Amino acid sequence: MLDLIIPSMMTMMTAATPLIFAATGELVCEKSGVLNLGVEGMMLVGAVFGFIGATVTGDAYVGFLIGGFSGIMASLIFAVLTLLLVSNQVATGLALTIFGTGLSALVGADYVGETIDRIRPLYVPNAADGPNVIQLFLGHDPVVYLGVLVLLACAGFLSRSRWGMILRAVGDSDVSAHAIGYPVIRIRFAAVAFGGLMAGLGGAYLSLAYTPLWAENMSAGRGWIALALVVFASWRPIRVLFGAVLFGGITIVQLNAQAIGLGIPGAVMSMLPYLATIVVLVLISSNATRIRLNAPACLAQPFRPER
Amino acid sequence: MPDSPLLQLKGIDKSFPGCRANEGIDLDIQAGEIHALLGENGAGKSTLVKIIYGVLRPDHGDLWWQGKPLRVASPAAARRVGIGMVFQHFSLFDAMTVLENIALALPAQDIGALRDNIDATAASYGLALDLDRDVYELSMGERQRIEIVRSLLQNPQLLILDEPTSVLTPQETDMLFTTLRALADEGRAVLYISHKLEEVRRLCDRATILRDGRRVADCIPAEETAQSLAEKMIGRRIEQPIGKAPRQPGQPGLRVLELRTGSDTPHGISLSDMSFTINEGEILGIAGIAGNGQTELMSALTGETGPPSSGSIEIMGAPANQLGPIARRKLGAAFVPEERVGHAAVGDMTLVENSFLTTLDDPAFCKHGVIKWPAVRAFSDQITHDFDVRTTGVDALASSLSGGNLQKFIVGREMLQSPGVLVVSQPTWGVDAGAAADIHRAIRSLAEAGSAILIISQDLDEILALCDRVAVISQGTLSRVQPIHDVTPEQIGLLMGIRHDSIANEASRATT
Amino acid sequence: MLRLEPRASHSVLAAWLSPLVALVMTVITGTVIFIAMGKDPAATLYIYFLQPLVSASGLSEVAVKAGPLVLIATGLSFGFRAGVWNIGAEGQYILGAIVGGGLAVFFHDSTNALLLPSMLALGIVGGMIWAAIPALLKTRFNANEILVSLMLVYIAELLLVYLVHGPWRNPQGWGFPGTRTFPDAAVLPVFFAQHRLHWGLILALATPFLAWFLVAKTRFGFRVRLFGSAPLAARHAGVRSTRMIWMTLLIGGGLAGLAGVIEASGTIGQLMPNISPGYGFTAIIVAFLGRLHPLGILLAGVVIAVTYIGGENAQIVAGLPKAVTGLFQGVILFYLLAFDLVTRYRLVFRRERGPEHA
Repeated sequence: MLDLIIPSMMTMMTAATPLIFAATGELVCEKSGVLNLGVEGMMLVGAVFGFIGATVTGDAYVGFLIGGFSGIMASLIFAVLTLLLVSNQVATGLALTIFGTGLSALVGADYVGETIDRIRPLYVPNAADGPNVIQLFLGHDPVVYLGVLVLLACAGFLSRSRWGMILRAVGDSDVSAHAIGYPVIRIRFAAVAFGGLMAGLGGAYLSLAYTPLWAENMSAGRGWIALALVVFASWRPIRVLFGAVLFGGITIVQLNAQAIGLGIPGAVMSMLPYLATIVVLVLISSNATRIRLNAPACLAQPFRPER
Repeated sequence: MPDSPLLQLKGIDKSFPGCRANEGIDLDIQAGEIHALLGENGAGKSTLVKIIYGVLRPDHGDLWWQGKPLRVASPAAARRVGIGMVFQHFSLFDAMTVLENIALALPAQDIGALRDNIDATAASYGLALDLDRDVYELSMGERQRIEIVRSLLQNPQLLILDEPTSVLTPQETDMLFTTLRALADEGRAVLYISHKLEEVRRLCDRATILRDGRRVADCIPAEETAQSLAEKMIGRRIEQPIGKAPRQPGQPGLRVLELRTGSDTPHGISLSDMSFTINEGEILGIAGIAGNGQTELMSALTGETGPPSSGSIEIMGAPANQLGPIARRKLGAAFVPEERVGHAAVGDMTLVENSFLTTLDDPAFCKHGVIKWPAVRAFSDQITHDFDVRTTGVDALASSLSGGNLQKFIVGREMLQSPGVLVVSQPTWGVDAGAAADIHRAIRSLAEAGSAILIISQDLDEILALCDRVAVISQGTLSRVQPIHDVTPEQIGLLMGIRHDSIANEASRATT
Repeated sequence: MLRLEPRASHSVLAAWLSPLVALVMTVITGTVIFIAMGKDPAATLYIYFLQPLVSASGLSEVAVKAGPLVLIATGLSFGFRAGVWNIGAEGQYILGAIVGGGLAVFFHDSTNALLLPSMLALGIVGGMIWAAIPALLKTRFNANEILVSLMLVYIAELLLVYLVHGPWRNPQGWGFPGTRTFPDAAVLPVFFAQHRLHWGLILALATPFLAWFLVAKTRFGFRVRLFGSAPLAARHAGVRSTRMIWMTLLIGGGLAGLAGVIEASGTIGQLMPNISPGYGFTAIIVAFLGRLHPLGILLAGVVIAVTYIGGENAQIVAGLPKAVTGLFQGVILFYLLAFDLVTRYRLVFRRERGPEHA
């Protein structure tokens, strides 16, 4: 029994990690009042550049960082358009996803089918002994721990630090924050860039550890699920962790069910995460008051400082 | 001649595209005085104080602080010098606590120490605040206190307040004045911006009066009468309000009985047991401080938020509870909500399109779902002509009109539909004096033509000038309706701060 | 100092010029990309943007591709005007193909003349059903329509995969995923024997004009615009939000479904896993490039279709990855959003001493 459960729980965390990164980044971004629907595009950009970086340098960790950096660059396009040129955030986010999908497919065309030295777990038990419980705590790769750490750090940052308070203030009322003298646009730039960094890292994790290879559109909607997770979490970082692990779990259930062969076609089982996202959205959103109280009041509202 | 003034302005000029907001303004403020900056809407008061506070930069002119030249590059710089400001629109964060709101306006510091500091300051000036509540739960008076405490904690030598009493009850106003006097007695200066003459006479040591961007007079308010101040402010003799012709009340036009609503927003107010009747040819005024249920009453009357939880609304004798806005208009009602852009009109639509906004079920303008644009255009031409709307044409965007012109357009659009019942919220809020007079005249003549009119307004002077009867709204409840000649402004003010459902009623509900 | 001032009225010139400027900028960007990839920019640009337009077969293919784009984008424009963000047109397109095309799969030996009209009708219904899910969840449970409609894209794709691999697989298909080819009675006839251009084009041409009439001349269109630009004012005018959300989603879903069944019937002739080269997403770009104006969408549909064909040609002739097309589409939308500013604000060069600009 343990032989089945431990690997499943291990993969659950691996499946949750890209979501933890992307959703935490988007949460911080949304807390500042900016809705960036380009998460999917930024993840793909991060995945492809991370992969190329690892191929070129031969070091998966360097690739990982390059993935994060490329996520920042992608997010800055969005930031310039929405924050400086006051374009519609929904449309611009969609454009970023379309752009990221195209760019990653173009850049990655030569790398399809290549293999790399993937990011490895810290501790692997002897194959002969089979899985053991220590693995659950020490057996992940460093990025999994990093993801949880960053998430906890963000939770602390938002609720306890002064800059976290300022970030929330900017999302609650950009006009007030501007009147008091905070550089609203600059703060939002930083938040969007952080979102880009995290989405890029999440994407890079996909191509460097989760399925260590590059394929077109390999994020398969995880960017959108990350967006849904932020709503699910009512903009609270700790709940993002639960949500991401929950989705990791669903992914594993689906994979295991396919492996065991319950007679349910693979395509139908693969629908599970997407169906679950819809169900979760419905359950959370039906309490409209709760959403209204928790959502940043300026979310997706254009802001142009007056003269 | 005393020492050099605390703040001195010399020849301040500021222009915006299409308007000269300030023209060669001189002003000096002494330490320890409460100085009024008096003027109508659009006289240039706000521009001038924004220059002092570093929000705007003057085109020409100099500022001097305690005899030395002063450059204020930003509000932060102004605060460092010792200038604090409380804006008319508060810079608050609804979803955050009072403590966080105050901390955000101050340099980084230890939260525990800040808490003690706030308590001490609040206590010494009589500004009660619960630091752990979220702002959205607070009254406007409490919110203003946050702003004042924010400023005081920075130990300003000059505190600027922009129209501070527009959101306060008379009792809250008294409390504010006590605080301001205490500040002046400590040697601080207060620059008090207002267009309310009586307040300025009560509170201020000196007054500078602006008109059309220019300084027109300096005076000591205590030595003036409200009439003489008003004449300086407006620049001509004020005609006494025309005596209201006694009217024969007709049939009930709008009848509201024991109206109750739930609130549909987390921070909203619910209405309880409101009753009033307005007969044809009669104007009823509902006075009260903003945020006491006016918005909720308006949307209950328009039908925008669905049927009330209980009670009844009758328009021209027909029950209207279950009806939406279109059906209520068909019964003969018309509405002018408070918010001009985004509610009564759409900023990025043309005037032609905006004139279709509330006439879209009129067969003259729309048949079988197809719009007759030429007819709609003719209607908007008629509105702009009859109501003297100054615009480049009916294809101009609503957002390009000044507040007064847009309000005339909206009021005109409703009145030209000859409504039996007209409900107007804040008819002249933020409107220049000329447009306000036009709107008042139009409302009065509509009543004389036999319409039943409800005016919801925070401006007590407006209600006293226009209405036949008056009631006060407070915390979602309505006071007894009384003839306008039977009450004094002071009595109305007292009614603004209390709930109007009977205590016995509450007690019986508590025991059952 | 460069400053922005709101315009007193919308500039019609700027509104029509900004897509053109966006196009020109995209071509310039494309040149840079081609040079960076070591391609001859002039030759590649020619293959990309002009070659599709110089031959009859090229024009026919452009029209074949523009058809679904125009249909879907026209439908989406209603939602986008109303602020209802249906971005799951791809899923609605697939459902239209499944439900409409399914009829042809079941009656694969039919010669009934009613088969084709029934398929088209069922295609619309299929798209509407898929769009009704976000509509219901939005109006009843307040669930975000962007995320729900998007999740349904993935589900629709998997559903199609399941069907063409499983129950609907062609028994004579040697194991390839795909249904039987449709009977003649289920196929939209072509105009010219040697080209793929079919009668679906007529529908794609007529729809924008119908939509233009709805938007510009009817109360329904006015309500849609009102609801999008000022929800409170719309409420004041008696517009019911539930109704607007339902109507705009159903229109978007219906037209996407119609596009799906037309593609299956007219262009492909069967159901297979990749019946869409991302039309549902590309149509979003078409809608914006056409400024949500039905006639603008017609033009934009042609422009984007050219980049599709150009991308295919470039792949064959110049060995360029097909993904360049997607990249161009993203870039064009970026430029468009950037230049949109010009229609709303006037750019003013002026020396200003304002501290906010220092």
